[in-house]
Amino acid sequence: MQELDTAGLGSIRVTRKDDHTVVIEKDLATEQMVLAMGPQHPSTHGVLKLECLTDGEVITQAEPFLGYLHRCFEKCCENVDYPAIVPYTDRLDYLSGMNSEFAYALAVEKLLDIEIPRRVEFIRVIVAELNRIASHLVAIGTYGIDLGAFTPFLFCFRDREIILGLLEWVSGARMLYNYIWIGGLAYDIPSDFLKRVGEFIAYFRPKTVELCNLLTKNEIFVKRTIGIGIMPAEVAINYGWSGPMLRGSGVKWDLRRNDPYSVYPELDFNVPVPDGKLSIVGDCLSRHLVRALEMEESLKIIEQCISKMPATEGFNPRSAIPKRIRPKAGEVYARAENPRGELGFYILSDGKSTKPLRCKARSSCFVNLSAMKDLSKGQLLPDLVAIIGSIDIVLGEVDR
Amino acid sequence: MEEGKVFSQSVQQSAAAYAIIHEKFGSAVSAFDANETMPFFEVLDARLWRDIALFMRDHAKLKFNYMACLTGMDYQAEEKLGIVCNLESLSLFNHRLAVKVKCERDGGFIPSVACVWHTANWHEREAYDMFGILFTGHPDFRRILCPDDWEGFPLRKDYKVQESYHGIKVPY
Repeated sequence: MQELDTAGLGSIRVTRKDDHTVVIEKDLATEQMVLAMGPQHPSTHGVLKLECLTDGEVITQAEPFLGYLHRCFEKCCENVDYPAIVPYTDRLDYLSGMNSEFAYALAVEKLLDIEIPRRVEFIRVIVAELNRIASHLVAIGTYGIDLGAFTPFLFCFRDREIILGLLEWVSGARMLYNYIWIGGLAYDIPSDFLKRVGEFIAYFRPKTVELCNLLTKNEIFVKRTIGIGIMPAEVAINYGWSGPMLRGSGVKWDLRRNDPYSVYPELDFNVPVPDGKLSIVGDCLSRHLVRALEMEESLKIIEQCISKMPATEGFNPRSAIPKRIRPKAGEVYARAENPRGELGFYILSDGKSTKPLRCKARSSCFVNLSAMKDLSKGQLLPDLVAIIGSIDIVLGEVDR
Repeated sequence: MEEGKVFSQSVQQSAAAYAIIHEKFGSAVSAFDANETMPFFEVLDARLWRDIALFMRDHAKLKFNYMACLTGMDYQAEEKLGIVCNLESLSLFNHRLAVKVKCERDGGFIPSVACVWHTANWHEREAYDMFGILFTGHPDFRRILCPDDWEGFPLRKDYKVQESYHGIKVPY
């Protein structure tokens, strides 16, 4: 049992018990203080401002202010042709460009109602899953930094570098790929690519164990995250949470399984959810665990794709791309499982124009972040950093 | 649903869910638009939108507990603004439905459903920020992405960008 007399005023006593509950006792009503965190703050992962109303060291209200990175994505979409939107989608969630392109391509293809060559589907899944691992590595590494663990960050970025190298080899760019096009791909994969991906998997598998020993089993890290920012499953669903955030609350929901797209129905992988043995279901540690376990599942998916992919000599990945992309009148809402959750695109076409009449990106981070107010209420100020880190926001996607 | 046309299973599930809503609200909701990309219906009487939302969330056979997306819309030809909500029943049932609600371009409003689905709170703020749609009964109604003193609503089709903002030239 640990007792903290915060601010030395004797106003609030915060007691942490051994079963991870926090008891806050108030003797006096003190003056509340407004503390602005951000927009330039290292642990907000970008330009996010949090206006915290604090009572001693306890947060009574934390209100996020966004829009510092708003670039009018949706307005831009209304002014360019369908294929020209692909590079813009990279800039939404810049840590997982492949996944964003994938989701957008799915939406337009659904509207066009076209068939995609099987080899293209497998290549898409491989690059998307590689990008998912890279994205989770950033999430885990920076989460470590937020909580004072510097070494895992270096390990994560070392391994991420290999993935970025592979994706650069495929597409020519390290982060903003413009690789998955509507109806196909920009290029076929290089001839030795699958071999090199296989080598990466063999290299990376032991590294996930190493990372687990270094961070997930680290007592300091566990103490900073367990029992912090607990979100019950019901509330998480009501808040529209998705991806690792929702699974961290114990809901077994993965769009690759529950609303399958591409070749995911043929692939065998698990959807990891916390069982409550290592963490309290719904807390920051659970969300971290889900991400750590998902990397292994992504490796499994890539392995299966390599063995199942049809080898075609002189394959043209642009064969199914329509000459002129002009969908018939209609609307579509299509989504894909991004590293951060459900990325959906709502597209309205009038059937005459080669530009969408309306293109809305349903961003996963935006929705996940909207629960911040409830999530941080009554938490200690240092734990706020742990909560933001566990949401794993990318401001490019929040603000669009 | 049109006769003689064969729809996929997911559209049939949406139609079954719609039938329950239509039975309760009758002429307040439009006919079901069955299409493969996004089956939807429209709420004709916008004032009933919150009741319909509550009914959809709580009815034992519907349980639309998850709002995937809320999109603001500018229907310029009809002189209307509106929203499109993509709803589904997460891990309980398999049905999905989109709901459209429209309001007058000037002075019209739509009841807020932030009390039904918490996620609608920020989505509605965004719809207001971009289109100027007024939501009544919203707990925290203000702009979200643009600055508070920004003029106009950027995603309206007739939007003209302001000349200057705090002395900074805006159009380039």
